[in-house]
Amino acid sequence: MTDPLLRLSGLTKAYPGVVANKDVSFDIMGGEIHALLGENGAGKSTLVKTIYGLVKPDSGQMSLHGIPFQPAEPRAARAAGVAMVFQHFSLFDAMTVAENIALGMEKPPPLRDIAARVRNVSEQYGLPLDPDRTVGGLSAGERQRVEIIRCLLQDPKLLIMDEPTSVLTPQEVAILFETLRKLRAEGTAILYISHKLEEIRALCDNATVLRLGEVVGTCDPRNTSARDMAELMVGSVLHVPQKAARPVGEIIVRLDALNAPAPHQFGTALRDISLEVRKGEVLGIGGVAGNGQDELVAALSGEMRVGAAMIQYQGTPIGKLGPNARRKLGLLAAPEERMGHAAAPDMTLTENAVMTATTRQHLARKGFVHWGRARSFAEAVIRAFDVRTPGPQNTARSLSGGNLQKFVIGREIMQDPDVLVVNQPTWGVDASAAAAIRQALLDLAVNGAAVICISQDLDELMEISDRFAALNEGRLSAPRPAAGLTVEQIGLMLGGAHDMEVAHVDA
Amino acid sequence: MDFSAINPILLLASLMVAATPILLAAVGELVVERAGVLNLGVEGMMITGAVCGFIVAVGTNSPWLGFIGAAVGGALLSLLFGFLTQFLLSNQVATGLALTLFGLGLSALMGQGYIGIKAPSFPDWNIPLLGDIPVIGPIVFQHDPMVYVGLLIVAGTWAFLKYARAGLILRAVGENHEAAHALGYHVVRVRMLAIMFGGACAGLGGAYLSLVRVPQWTEGMTAGAGWIALAIVVFASWRPWRLLLGAYLFGGVTVLQLNLQAAGFAIPVEYLSMSPYLATIAVLVIMRTGRAPGSLGQSFHASR
Repeated sequence: MTDPLLRLSGLTKAYPGVVANKDVSFDIMGGEIHALLGENGAGKSTLVKTIYGLVKPDSGQMSLHGIPFQPAEPRAARAAGVAMVFQHFSLFDAMTVAENIALGMEKPPPLRDIAARVRNVSEQYGLPLDPDRTVGGLSAGERQRVEIIRCLLQDPKLLIMDEPTSVLTPQEVAILFETLRKLRAEGTAILYISHKLEEIRALCDNATVLRLGEVVGTCDPRNTSARDMAELMVGSVLHVPQKAARPVGEIIVRLDALNAPAPHQFGTALRDISLEVRKGEVLGIGGVAGNGQDELVAALSGEMRVGAAMIQYQGTPIGKLGPNARRKLGLLAAPEERMGHAAAPDMTLTENAVMTATTRQHLARKGFVHWGRARSFAEAVIRAFDVRTPGPQNTARSLSGGNLQKFVIGREIMQDPDVLVVNQPTWGVDASAAAAIRQALLDLAVNGAAVICISQDLDELMEISDRFAALNEGRLSAPRPAAGLTVEQIGLMLGGAHDMEVAHVDA
Repeated sequence: MDFSAINPILLLASLMVAATPILLAAVGELVVERAGVLNLGVEGMMITGAVCGFIVAVGTNSPWLGFIGAAVGGALLSLLFGFLTQFLLSNQVATGLALTLFGLGLSALMGQGYIGIKAPSFPDWNIPLLGDIPVIGPIVFQHDPMVYVGLLIVAGTWAFLKYARAGLILRAVGENHEAAHALGYHVVRVRMLAIMFGGACAGLGGAYLSLVRVPQWTEGMTAGAGWIALAIVVFASWRPWRLLLGAYLFGGVTVLQLNLQAAGFAIPVEYLSMSPYLATIAVLVIMRTGRAPGSLGQSFHASR
């Protein structure tokens, strides 16, 4: 057995009121992909920030190649060969790819050389990227490539990846994994954080599980089932959402040749979408990000007005109605971006509850907000969805991403909708909370509501949907029963190739 | 009315002089805003620079030392703004407005014994050879040295932002301070330095008024030049060369209307006096402005 690349021993870090890491010790070997698992708030982010020099531990030591390693700032960590790809991209929108990469390097060569090296590395690892493009116009996958290439140009010994696949399409995930395996073969160690246990099983050699800041176990993910890992993370038996058999009722929402131009420069136009959704069913809509998901949610929620007859609710044309009028009818929506779209970051949870629930929960009378009622509604959401926060007087920003997600989804579910449209309902949410959200969506359907769930997580869609359709460049495929769909069939639907065109997929 | 009294060469020559104070103040503010800080106290720092420069110049009988004093005075005042906004996280808009009011009052107090005194003279350079070129010589190459210092600062700022590593870091801090922090750059340190540079430049701009343009000390002599400098930064889309264009436009209309007034042009003087402001605002509205730095005006704290 060789010496470990990085050894952590007894790392402890406490914040006021919460111990983020408690006596954390483990080793990372050179040339291994090591998974770090844990629920939201288990202390994974604090731990990797400690390794990257952004957080100073209260006690404990680290050693790199057997030499004590105490980076005072990220610069020192980078100099020692530690690189990090952040969960929320640390990129500068108004700057070019080359400038962004230069900013992440210790002693960058002139920009022209960077451009040349970017082209080299992107060819070597199969990550196509144009160094002269402005980052603001790139897709999520391309943005991540910028981050990864920024790390690779520094020849890291240890690459830390914090939830790298949460915003990627399946194709982009495949490319990323190929890159990571290549790196492993070259001897680079990778510390990999993800909630997607199947990915970890496919990719990682070793896993350390954190719960409430402590190491609760290690396992070999290649021969541990996802369920066992999830239970190790949660510390109890994982609840798997149950799809109860239920009668499907009459048509409640009908989209009739829905067409809408792209709302902004980087948007997608919706083309000729026709669809019928019945009471009591869950319709799953899959697709690669940026194929019209946001636009479809906006059209359904009323944020974007379309031709009146293009959307019909129980036979009534509602295409021209605004969000509040639709809420009154019973059609609710929860958009994907929780910070800034679904919730106002600097307002309290009570205020955020008022913003969408006023109509249905009667939180205002004669233009005055009934704060007492608003507060109890927010408290009810917090209780029902296990939102971890001291109370509804806290701002949305103070919640971790997964907790806020539980709140914004719960806020809509608790309003007892007849139709609920959700986009990426479990994005960044840990396994047990994700299961709870999915169960709540299924329960809604059991009670006779229709649920339209748009997601990039195919496992999620297969778990809860009755019918499945795919969005591709603003067009929606014909929905098919979800039961019995194979991965290949789904892949073809996502790619926009229908049954007849299989032969052309690679052409 | 006698248009022949207007000498086009003199008019163009005085354009550069009229634009210099605004140019100096604006280029400083441009750097501050590219670092993500909105300092509305330009007017206050300018007038403080004007009085500090005047006091030092009169005391030492050296205009050069006066300008240095003005830069130090402006930078010191901006340090107050920096301390309040960067360390105590006060609101940048309110603090900037307060800085302007404070600077106006402070300068009036400091300048009490200096009203009616004349500043030591600051002779024009007659640059050999270049200054002798007909027409262009008198327009471009026969000014006092500060005109050229101003142009150098603009050119230097442009090169710094475009080519220097430090300039890239400064832009990064202004564009997304969270990301810059995550990469290990010192957001507050970069911003404090930018704020001090902005203060020093505003001080130079103010001293140019009290030592060259007027040249004596009167209370409130900047008369809104700081606000125009702020507007020009936006109009220039936070780019140095467009800033130069904006400052020269404002300076040009200013000297033109002064000449028209002197020529007895048959328009009420009030309209002529407002014309530089109207022209600048009109151009500001017509020209499509670029994107502001992403973190402009937001307070940064590492824990958030």
